[in-house]
Amino acid sequence: MTAMVKAEGVHKSFGAAHVLKGIDLEVAPREVFCLVGPSGSGKSTFLRCINHLEQINAGRLYVDGNLVGYRQKGDKLFELKDREVAAQRRDIGMVFQRFNLFPHMTAIENVMEAPVQVKGETKAVARERAQRLLDRVGLADKAGNYPSQLSGGQQQRVAIARALAMEPKLMLFDEPTSALDPELVGDVLDVMRGLAEDGMTMIVVTHEMGFAREVGDSLVFMDDGVVVESGHPRDVLTNPQQDRTKAFLSKVL
Amino acid sequence: MSVNTDKAGRTDAPPPGTAPETIKAVPVRHYGRWISAVVVLGLLGLIGKAFSEADIRYEAVPDFLTDSSVIDGLFMTVWISVLAMAVGLVLGIVLAVMRLSKNPVTSSVAWGYIWFFRGTPVYVQLLLWFNLALVFPIINLGFYKDEMSDFMTPFMAALLGLGLNEAAYMSEIVRAGIQSVDEGQTEASHALGMSHGKTLRRVVLPQAMRVIVPPTGNEFLNMLKTSSLAAGACQYTELLRSTSNIGNTTGAVVEMLALAVVWYLVLTSIFSVGQYYLERHYAKGSQRSLPQTPLQRITVNLKSLGRPSGGAA
Repeated sequence: MTAMVKAEGVHKSFGAAHVLKGIDLEVAPREVFCLVGPSGSGKSTFLRCINHLEQINAGRLYVDGNLVGYRQKGDKLFELKDREVAAQRRDIGMVFQRFNLFPHMTAIENVMEAPVQVKGETKAVARERAQRLLDRVGLADKAGNYPSQLSGGQQQRVAIARALAMEPKLMLFDEPTSALDPELVGDVLDVMRGLAEDGMTMIVVTHEMGFAREVGDSLVFMDDGVVVESGHPRDVLTNPQQDRTKAFLSKVL
Repeated sequence: MSVNTDKAGRTDAPPPGTAPETIKAVPVRHYGRWISAVVVLGLLGLIGKAFSEADIRYEAVPDFLTDSSVIDGLFMTVWISVLAMAVGLVLGIVLAVMRLSKNPVTSSVAWGYIWFFRGTPVYVQLLLWFNLALVFPIINLGFYKDEMSDFMTPFMAALLGLGLNEAAYMSEIVRAGIQSVDEGQTEASHALGMSHGKTLRRVVLPQAMRVIVPPTGNEFLNMLKTSSLAAGACQYTELLRSTSNIGNTTGAVVEMLALAVVWYLVLTSIFSVGQYYLERHYAKGSQRSLPQTPLQRITVNLKSLGRPSGGAA
């Protein structure tokens, strides 16, 4: 079975700042993969590299066996055209820390947008699926609301439904609950838990250690652009081996 | 009725049924406001007096207000303004996208265009277009060939002069609008697999419109007025030209200028009302409540007139 995501020595710099310093990891299909670490450790950057929102400087990154953003012929790399990059992204859903819903569209229009515009689905088909997805995230009655009329937690659940509408094989979550009031976090995590139970492959950058322990299949602790420690969430969180992991966990747990 | 028992238990609460005593205090006297109002009204009165004693035959204004040549000129003004604005808007969007593109050639060309057309007076540009036949006697576009003097009619010169000049200003307005849209919107759209073009058309521009519309309304009002330059520069017979023609033949020069002023004010008023509705359209999904339309405001005002004591409740 090919890995859903495979990183080999991934490096990324922003100017002089060396953010990723050789990341190697593998995410199996149907796995819930949690990335934790202090801010500035490069976990969000790594996540954004997976769907080519950021371009990596060195190494190789594969999604479902395909090189991200490039085509390899012999040992020569060719950059993909914008159209081909867009095609790769269709199969990868992404949920952002600040939701990034389209404010000029209602909840259901947000969910319908990509299937209609990218896949060329008819509005009727897209609307039916969108309604089903909104129902799934518990917002069937909010279909006609604009994002500004929804709470943060509701917006994030619409954002999840929007990503699911493209029927992705991989979902990326970039600190999906960090911008939420504490009492709204639970609803979003419940939706993510449901996704995990349905067998969605998920990579989750998070500070919710409870979620990681309960739902995660594996966990990676990153610091300063490198993977410090990885393993089953229960093992890493309760019995960390590295000093840096211990120091971090003692602050957040 | 647990709520009532709770309230009754509090001693400082007023007994139910009696309203709290309204404060009756002597208001502060704003003498300064009275004085400034008198001064302003006095000045207005002086200006009014001057004009009432002036040697103007005001009755000439209504006489010619709907004269057929004035109405023709009025339509020519609206027509050239709408067309030149359309040229400016379309070309402005193209220039803004060029200016923001990563291609150094397209972005420099757009920069150069804006530099030239914003840097020279529109009156000079109109003159240049109208006199183009002096340097290019023949126009040859490959598919179209003609004498330049036949092609560059007053209408064509006015359209090119006003439209191309407007494009330079519109492109800066559109660029500001595009740049005002949060980067996260583009990222979210790209993450869904939408192309650059679709992202621009479906996600960025609709949100940019909220920033673009108000200054564009300004630009259009400006255009209605600036189109009067085309009268002198290109012999284009618009509102000002047709009213001054009447003024020259009847001798009522200033009266006809006043007539033009009346019509310009009517036009700008009508189009600023239209702007309200456009802004409301692009405000959808916005957190702030929509501004009242002029119609809504009129009805609200009429209703409050109906009950003079109203509003206090």
